[in-house]
Amino acid sequence: MSGGTLNLFIGLAMGLNLLALGSSRLPSLIRAVSLQGVLLGVMPLLLEHDTFDWRVVLVALATMVGKGLVIPGLLRRAMRAANVEREMAPFISYVPSLLLGAGGTIAAVALARGLPLLPEHAGTLLVPGAIASMLTGFILLIGRAKAISQVCGYLILENGIYLFGLLLIHSTPLLVESGILLDVTVGVFVIGIIVDRIQRAFDSLDTRKLTTLRE
Amino acid sequence: MNLILAVILRLAVWLLLAPLLPGIINKVKAWVAGRRGPPVLQLYYDLAKLWRKGVVLSTLASPGFIAGPAVAWVALLGAAMLMPLGPGGTALSFRGDVLLLIYLLALARFCTAWAAMETGSAFEGMGAAREVSYAVLAEAAIVTAVLSLSVQTGSVSLVTMLSPSAGAGAVLLAAGLFTVLLAENCRVPFDDPNTHLELTMIHEVMVLDHSGPPLAAILHGASVKLLLFAVLLIQAVLPLGALSAPAAAGALVAGVLAVTVGVGLVESWLARLAFRRVPLLLTTAFLLCLFALLVAWKGGAK
Repeated sequence: MSGGTLNLFIGLAMGLNLLALGSSRLPSLIRAVSLQGVLLGVMPLLLEHDTFDWRVVLVALATMVGKGLVIPGLLRRAMRAANVEREMAPFISYVPSLLLGAGGTIAAVALARGLPLLPEHAGTLLVPGAIASMLTGFILLIGRAKAISQVCGYLILENGIYLFGLLLIHSTPLLVESGILLDVTVGVFVIGIIVDRIQRAFDSLDTRKLTTLRE
Repeated sequence: MNLILAVILRLAVWLLLAPLLPGIINKVKAWVAGRRGPPVLQLYYDLAKLWRKGVVLSTLASPGFIAGPAVAWVALLGAAMLMPLGPGGTALSFRGDVLLLIYLLALARFCTAWAAMETGSAFEGMGAAREVSYAVLAEAAIVTAVLSLSVQTGSVSLVTMLSPSAGAGAVLLAAGLFTVLLAENCRVPFDDPNTHLELTMIHEVMVLDHSGPPLAAILHGASVKLLLFAVLLIQAVLPLGALSAPAAAGALVAGVLAVTVGVGLVESWLARLAFRRVPLLLTTAFLLCLFALLVAWKGGAK
């Protein structure tokens, strides 16, 4: 039964959200994000299909390669170049951000029950998973000080939006999907360069230092 | 008459089998490290030796120093009496006995901490403070786990709560309860039962000044607690009620052995966590149980 498998995958992705919130080491954060990307890439194949659709397979492959290999590779390179391994002093520390993420996940599940969804989407965890991933992304974006962690937050946020997009996979043109994926890849590529520049200019990736002006 | 016989039989099972578990854990650790290790029955020898020895009492200590371990031991045995044993059911069961179980465990912890403070040593006070501050988080996790079982089965009695499996959330619940087991019994990621370095130990600090029979009661109580948590974990996860009686008994014994070996392997492969990382792990255990509760709630409402 593909609905159960899909729910299992979304559940795993939600678990990875919490792992990303709780891990202090950047490599494990990047690993969580890339694993979530691969899980998300498999999901279009698990949705109910009446006919074989080559566009869906293409989207799935592109997502898996993009989110699972290319983007994490870029992030790892930026990490090595900047020589940071660990988020030292986040704005929101790990236990509170874990509790926030868990509260957000539960709220997302409760909220999705109250939404007027189409009957074919009511049984799946797609909507709660999407909301929970976006909340996790927000928490990472707000709560972390290192630029690379913030990029990971942005990626998880984008994963949440992608989960929403899965609801409409048959009506969204392939061009839009690939456009989003390309945007994200280019975004991460650019951020990788910026991270390198920040590191050279400020000797640190702490975004708190960016708020003070320097000549 | 029959009831008294059943209670005595159960008491004998818990009293006699519990000290086996630490022996098995030590054997597994020795085997992984390539040593021969102490015999599996080592704790029985230790208990017999301690029972014959005298007690050294501090001049500061009140009778609570002796009473604490005794009350803790009795409370743990009482909790063990409430726990059903697979197909054997339970000797006494009533509505809400799971709450009594949680409170008996808390009483045992309180008495151990109290007896530790009786010595008047700041060092043991520190150990008691650590134990209690971890227990706050571990108790939240176990209460959530019990709540999720209760929601799953719609009952507050241990026999009916534990006979079916925990449903879809069983994996989450198993991981959460295993972490709680490690924390509650002071096993490795939280505490090292072998260490005697003053800055790192928790449980061992509290019992440092006990000797003779009270120490034997504490050690035996700790092994009963370990067996209690292993039995709880296995019964919460496996659908023992759906199996035939011999199969369920076999599954229970095999499960408890597997948990014990698992503890030994965790202890061989992991190092102790730094103190400031412990709350994170315990919060994770709490969240695992919370999500098991969520799955039970959502699955039950469908």
